[in-house]
Amino acid sequence: MNKREFFEGVRQGTPVCISAAPFGALFGAVAVANGQTIAEALLMSMTIFAGASQLVGIELFGQKIAAWVIVLSIFAVNFRHILYSAAMAPFVRHFSAGEKFVAFFLLTDPQFAETVRRGEARGKVSFSWYLGFGLVIYVPWQAMTVLGAVFGKLIGDPKLIGIDVLLPIYFMALVLGFRKRANFLPVVAISGAVSVIAYHTVGSPWHVSIGAIAGMLLAAMLPGKRNPKLHEAGQEV
Amino acid sequence: MDAFFHADMVAVILAGAVATFLTRIGGYILVMRMKSIPPRLEAALNAVPAAVLTTLVAPAFFTGGPDVQVAMAAALIASLRLSSLPMLAVGWCAVMVMRYVLTA
Repeated sequence: MNKREFFEGVRQGTPVCISAAPFGALFGAVAVANGQTIAEALLMSMTIFAGASQLVGIELFGQKIAAWVIVLSIFAVNFRHILYSAAMAPFVRHFSAGEKFVAFFLLTDPQFAETVRRGEARGKVSFSWYLGFGLVIYVPWQAMTVLGAVFGKLIGDPKLIGIDVLLPIYFMALVLGFRKRANFLPVVAISGAVSVIAYHTVGSPWHVSIGAIAGMLLAAMLPGKRNPKLHEAGQEV
Repeated sequence: MDAFFHADMVAVILAGAVATFLTRIGGYILVMRMKSIPPRLEAALNAVPAAVLTTLVAPAFFTGGPDVQVAMAAALIASLRLSSLPMLAVGWCAVMVMRYVLTA
């Protein structure tokens, strides 16, 4: 374990921790409102650790929907992780089996984005860095779940204090971090358009997988490396 | 008094946890099974970050009210010069101004 790498991960993960914290509290509050006990809400945060799917799951619990539909919905919301773990494979393949188990358990959207960015700059990422980044999100997520469950009524509507915009803005920052990549603009345009159309026609959560696959298909069809300089010119400012 | 856990609830949670873990490790296992990655698949995987993350952003923008849209646009402009934490602050300030100052 490399302390410097670990704490660099902790430092880089802190903005994620801050922007995700309200959603941990929101989940705890909604979970208790939908009939889960505090212990069950915490168990869900500790074992699933994927905010959007937890909120979808809890919404369905409240509607007394068949168990297999709830599990399938959680799977659908989290399906994007399959693409993540495939795309980050080159940067984590040197981890030991136990490290991989921990690393994939902690895999989230920001963890993936930062791992790819760091991996591309350095060839691979260290387990120490990965663990620091992951734990500074994981541990507060549990604490916020319990806080939200205990004080659920006090939070009320997250819109009142403006915390509902933090997550989409954070994801936008992550998208922009990849603006130097080949085909960035066409991929973003097609994924964005298709996901919005799918959101209104097929519905959530399928719009995520459908929009993502559209962008990936486009990337697969476009010719490879053109003039990268020319390609990046329009994107800076 | 309420019990801490109900057996049926715990069963669904754990099944959801297993399903989630399978998505987190599944792509890695599939890619490692292949001897080499075809160039088109590599291009597709290379597009994953922008493609997937965009699907989390775009519907939030188009289904959000004017307050959310102004906040996200302000954050986008801020991102040209600022890193992610100040970008969050700009977006948060914008949405609060839209909701409490520019109402009525």
